[in-house]
Amino acid sequence: MKKILFVVSVAVLPAAFAETYVLQNATIMTVAKGTLKGSIVVRDGKIAEVGEKVMVPADAKIIDASNQYIIPGIIDCHSHIAADGGINEGSVSVSSMVDIKDVINPEDIAIYRALAGGVTTANILHGSANSIGGKTLPLKMRWGKDAPGMIFEGATPGIKFALGENPKRAGNPTGRAINAGAQPARYPATRMGVEDVIREAFVEAKAYKAEWDAWEANKTGIPPRKDLKLEALKEVLEGRRYVHAHCYRADEILMLLRVADEFGFKIRTLQHVLEGYKVAKEIAAHGAGASTFSDWWSYKMEAFDAIPYNATIMMRKGVVVSINSDDAEQMRHLNIEAGKAMKYGGATETEALAMVTLNPAKQLGIDNRVGSIEVGKDADLVIYDKFPLSDYAKVQKVLIDGTIYFDRDNEVTGRPLKQAEKQKLIDKEKQNQQRGPQTPPTRRQG
Amino acid sequence: MRPILKLIAGVVACGAALAGETIVIRNADVYPVTAPVMKGVAVVIQDGKIAEIGAKVVPPKGARIVDAKGLRVYPGLIDSGTELGLSEVSSTRETVDTGELGEFMPQLRALSAVNPESEHFGVVRVNGITSAMAFPSSGGGGGGRFGGGDRQFISGQAALIHTDGWTWEDMAIERTAAVHLIFPSLGGRGGRGGPVPDSVLEIAPGTAAATGFSAAKRQYDQQLAKVNEFFDQARQYQKERAANAPGFKRDLKLDAMIPVLEGKVPVAVSASRASVIRDAIAFADKQHIRIVILQPHDISKIAAELKAKNIPVVFGRVLALPDQEDDSYDSAFTAPAEAYKAGVKFAFGTFSNEFVRNLPYQAATAVAFGLPYEEALKAITINPAQIWGHGNDLGSVENGKLADLLVTDGDPLEIQTQVKHVFIKGKEVPLVNKQTRLEEKYMSRQ
Repeated sequence: MKKILFVVSVAVLPAAFAETYVLQNATIMTVAKGTLKGSIVVRDGKIAEVGEKVMVPADAKIIDASNQYIIPGIIDCHSHIAADGGINEGSVSVSSMVDIKDVINPEDIAIYRALAGGVTTANILHGSANSIGGKTLPLKMRWGKDAPGMIFEGATPGIKFALGENPKRAGNPTGRAINAGAQPARYPATRMGVEDVIREAFVEAKAYKAEWDAWEANKTGIPPRKDLKLEALKEVLEGRRYVHAHCYRADEILMLLRVADEFGFKIRTLQHVLEGYKVAKEIAAHGAGASTFSDWWSYKMEAFDAIPYNATIMMRKGVVVSINSDDAEQMRHLNIEAGKAMKYGGATETEALAMVTLNPAKQLGIDNRVGSIEVGKDADLVIYDKFPLSDYAKVQKVLIDGTIYFDRDNEVTGRPLKQAEKQKLIDKEKQNQQRGPQTPPTRRQG
Repeated sequence: MRPILKLIAGVVACGAALAGETIVIRNADVYPVTAPVMKGVAVVIQDGKIAEIGAKVVPPKGARIVDAKGLRVYPGLIDSGTELGLSEVSSTRETVDTGELGEFMPQLRALSAVNPESEHFGVVRVNGITSAMAFPSSGGGGGGRFGGGDRQFISGQAALIHTDGWTWEDMAIERTAAVHLIFPSLGGRGGRGGPVPDSVLEIAPGTAAATGFSAAKRQYDQQLAKVNEFFDQARQYQKERAANAPGFKRDLKLDAMIPVLEGKVPVAVSASRASVIRDAIAFADKQHIRIVILQPHDISKIAAELKAKNIPVVFGRVLALPDQEDDSYDSAFTAPAEAYKAGVKFAFGTFSNEFVRNLPYQAATAVAFGLPYEEALKAITINPAQIWGHGNDLGSVENGKLADLLVTDGDPLEIQTQVKHVFIKGKEVPLVNKQTRLEEKYMSRQ
């Protein structure tokens, strides 16, 4: 099976170098500077010019986008794709020593599918099984590149925190479903315990940081012992690692903000934050971003007060809000999910679109590079056939760093070829089977 | 300002919610679904039914006038796969009444477990969903998602219900609109995927040992035999009952099968992949029963056979991932268009309560990927009405039909569209729910 997939995927690999393009005569929704009818010049992977009329470079390839729409590449602030195997190091309540970076799988088909849904950047997070989870980082959906080639260069890395039902679940095995199997309890079992786990960890981290700061001051004597768990939390205290905190209820959101205040660090984003609308004022005052679902609710008790107005209420109360997917399927239509902010909360087109472009870029600290269509920014662009916030819109082309990574025309016209290739491999396999047992095929190692 | 207006609207609507109120919706553009659009006409609602549609309507004495200038009237939307009223918080066992124990449970009636006060009803009503199929186990999980049961085949009787009413009796359109059969499946449990994909089955013999195919096939054959045996037993019972044989003892399970054997009630069959659907078709032939296929996946491989037997299907969520890693990224988006091209009759279901309100948007995605618009609209109105045996009183705006209507400011499949009024059995339902109440409360927080 693996072999079949590998061969099939080769057909969709993009060119490895950036061309000069002019995307012509489109409705361009820049997010930062309004919407205009015009063209975009893409050179050396960057946006070189945007305007009603642009200078067409002599070597430029023209992409006619008449009657089409162009938006900045979609940024998903909460995803778990491209992570090989488990994403939950849930055996301990503080797993800040583990890193998603070590398990990036660049061959995950979900990357290509996300791309086909207009996503160009995704924040790949550790799971929510424990109060302090593992380290995280944003990736660009450069399908065909290797793992290091997918990493968003220079982006500040993050760490996952988690509050509420998920981290406390392991503390209460008997509270699980019937026949789920008895498991030994792991502290904590309550929201009180979750708060304690985080506070205990930061008491340790502060002491660790103090030891190191003292040594760094004159660098004499034996340096303190490196502690990989506390190293990540020290980075949080120093503002060099962003906290992305999974949370649902207003009480736990407020708790985390106050714990962060106590220890002097910032919560960069509250993730899910389904009751954020109840404490929007406090979130805005802390300066945390909020990354939420458009309209998911009722799948667990802590999601029962979720409302589809959450994004717009928080926005109106001064919070930078993004809409995320947390799901390989939902990820493919975040444009539609953003459109729901118009339906439910009366957001403007630009406000809604910002929730899946510029706002998540701000939350991830990468808005100097991506998130809007402005000269000098990365040429991460999505072309749609219709108004992108409509559920009738379809992605036509996706560019990352000025390279076309998804082209619906090529995808569709290439299907018969892929099908033929697949059939050939199936036929070959069938022949092998008919010939009877032979030496087993050697598996690719590594 | 807004909360006050809403409150007034709520009071007016409640005050108007008297049985048999006469209402005239005038100056509307009526989209009957079964006939061409009628512009600038009036719809008269009397005794819960549509009494008249026309340009020159004289409002009956005492009628309440709803001015719909610039607005559109559509039939209420119907979701063909839900657990509405049966499941509140899907992960919390105490709030979930789907998935009973037992292998063959046709005597179970979803209707009498429907909680009219479920918050879901208010949430789906505001998006125009006026009726739904409530399945005893819509996901095809059988045995209950909380475990504790063996493989289930018949989960019970699905009810066709309105999304408004004082009691479940009040809400009932059809107590037994279908008996739900979870067809045996190779490896999986009727859900997506499973350990033995069709592409492997094609090459089966040699890979059998490696994939456990032989064992899976043996189990599948045994299960299919078991299902046949149950139906045969029911037929024998039917004969004995008709003959009033001496010593005849009433059996509720087998009693419940008689309307199925008489062809009065269809069997809704959860079967996803083509090979299993093919077996389900053969099974229906052998047992002389009417079937409807729920959540088919490989529709292109089986559409011709479904068409030949006039077997309708209910698609699950259109916004879904492809089954196999090497399927086209849009394979679920294009499936309805493929069914349409092959002439298969179909409806849409969302198969999860939290997605019911997105029913029209699922239909829109099918349109974006090739389904004619009119067909998408039919698949959430007249088609399900007909499939579930109520084509005469539901699913279109026609004289004499139940006044299940929505008044919108645009295309109901488009996310940006606002629903302005909803009528269920001629009663205007207020467009408020738990979520709008929370919005008002927390928007007003200073």
